Amino acid sequence: MSTVSYPMADTATMLRRNLRHAQRYPGLSLGALGMPVIMLLLFGLVFGDTFSAGIGGGSGFDYIDFLTPGILLMSIASGTMSPAVGAAMDMSEGIVARFRTMAIFRPAVLAGHVLGNVIVTTVSLALVVGFAMLLGFRPTASLGDWLLASGLLVALTFALTWFAIALGLKSKTAEGASNIVLPISLLLPFLSTTFIPLASMPSGIRWFAEYQPFTVIIDTLRHLLLGMPMDSGNGWLSIAWCVAIAIVGYAWAQKSYNKGTAA
Amino acid sequence: MNSSIPAIDVRGLHKSYGDKLVLDGIDLNVAEGTIFALLGPNGAGKTTAVQILSTLITADAGEIRVAGHDLHSDPEAVRAAIGVTGQFSAVDGLLTGEENLIMMADLYHLGRGEGRRRAAELLAQFDLAEAGKKLAMTYSGGMKRRLDLAMTLVGSPRIIFLDEPTTGLDPRSRHSMWQLIRELVAGGVTVLLTTQYLDEADQLADQIAVLDHGKLVAQGTPEQLKRLAPGGHIRLRFNAPEEFALAGQVLPTAGRDDDALVLQVPNDGSVHSLRALLARIDDASLEVDELTVHTPDLDDVFFAVTGQPTTNATTDTDEKATSK
Repeated sequence: MSTVSYPMADTATMLRRNLRHAQRYPGLSLGALGMPVIMLLLFGLVFGDTFSAGIGGGSGFDYIDFLTPGILLMSIASGTMSPAVGAAMDMSEGIVARFRTMAIFRPAVLAGHVLGNVIVTTVSLALVVGFAMLLGFRPTASLGDWLLASGLLVALTFALTWFAIALGLKSKTAEGASNIVLPISLLLPFLSTTFIPLASMPSGIRWFAEYQPFTVIIDTLRHLLLGMPMDSGNGWLSIAWCVAIAIVGYAWAQKSYNKGTAA
Repeated sequence: MNSSIPAIDVRGLHKSYGDKLVLDGIDLNVAEGTIFALLGPNGAGKTTAVQILSTLITADAGEIRVAGHDLHSDPEAVRAAIGVTGQFSAVDGLLTGEENLIMMADLYHLGRGEGRRRAAELLAQFDLAEAGKKLAMTYSGGMKRRLDLAMTLVGSPRIIFLDEPTTGLDPRSRHSMWQLIRELVAGGVTVLLTTQYLDEADQLADQIAVLDHGKLVAQGTPEQLKRLAPGGHIRLRFNAPEEFALAGQVLPTAGRDDDALVLQVPNDGSVHSLRALLARIDDASLEVDELTVHTPDLDDVFFAVTGQPTTNATTDTDEKATSK
């Protein structure tokens, strides 16, 4: 005899739970939004002209345009801390033990965290775009380009969140979880072409930046939103990165979540 | 469910963590509609046993059937039949009490209207109606425990596991929890609970299994277990040494504590034997300062079967002190 499974209903229930958490404990979500906005202000207004001159931008080159796509990825990256901490906290409390002894769709608990974070991050991405526009960001994208760019951003959020949750489940405490995602939320955005082009980087960092997913995705976004040139194939490579990160993150997170329980 | 099938049937359950053996060949049989208490001190393996039976962790060896389903081959069917209230609060602190219950109703797919109705009913039943709109993180320990149990009941499970349901509760909350558990069983539910309180097992359980260092050292009804322990006695305390000396001559079978001026007279605690004892005390005109009837309780049982006292403070439910 097997029991009927309700994947959609159970995931929706868990999503409601996580959205309520985000609403009642907005510190983490807002904190995640803070960093990209500060970076926009700092680099867009304060260092912008110097950076722009340093990387050889002449007239017609607007640094805020160059900067914004990377800042969007930074928002996604710093937004992964909240679900990683949330999942780690869940595991340290009795509530997940309760869920694991119930006949509910197994991946629902973590999927609720992921979808909740996708929604929260989508809102903060819209806020960052709005803020960037106030600072002079002028995308030239068509509606189709916008849709593609949004799809790519959502796909990356989905993938990175699964990965961050897998990392969060590895750590036993909330503090541990917030530290363990730092490579995602700091290393990937800073060691990429967010602030400066590849050509102006020292060789070691340049090698890392060139092959890590953020650079490829930032290139694709610049192409979609601003019509900047990009290597053909970067679009597909961006999608491939998202799919690969999602699969690895999902499998790893599920494995940690189900570890030791009767399957 | 067929009543001839036991609610829980366990044979040869083993579990170890590394080289630490936690459960060493446990056999349990819990009849439907009864309360079964797994009694033992901290570290005896009680929680591990509950975690295995509730599908949370896997056993190393053993045959386990819960609600007629093989736990190893069909854990989902077991999950659909059970409710679990663990030792640590399993409520969502960032949701209100009502939202916690509705979340459970959603996970049991009760439907929106039925879920709300069930939540309201449980809030009222567990004396949480007023606190229903407050976040669960603001609840007291007793309220959290009640909400926890209410959440377990949303899906009307036939078998309920309660891991130390009253640990850390004040006496009043403890008694109301006992009452709730009795009501559940009156409704036909089977309860397996763990406890380190001997009086709790005595009060609630139809069957008790005493667990010590991963082994079952005794199993039976509270009455059967008490019979394992040495018999009861009447404790007589005296104020004056000369009275104590005289009483020692009148009651030669009594055990003596010369320092405390206390005599322990073997006695089964029945009215008849008590009256006979009082008659002898009156005949000798003994001035007894305090008389206490001590029937054997589970503390004595634990001592008798493990050779060690429990780590907890002794209980006094079976002692009726009568001062002169």
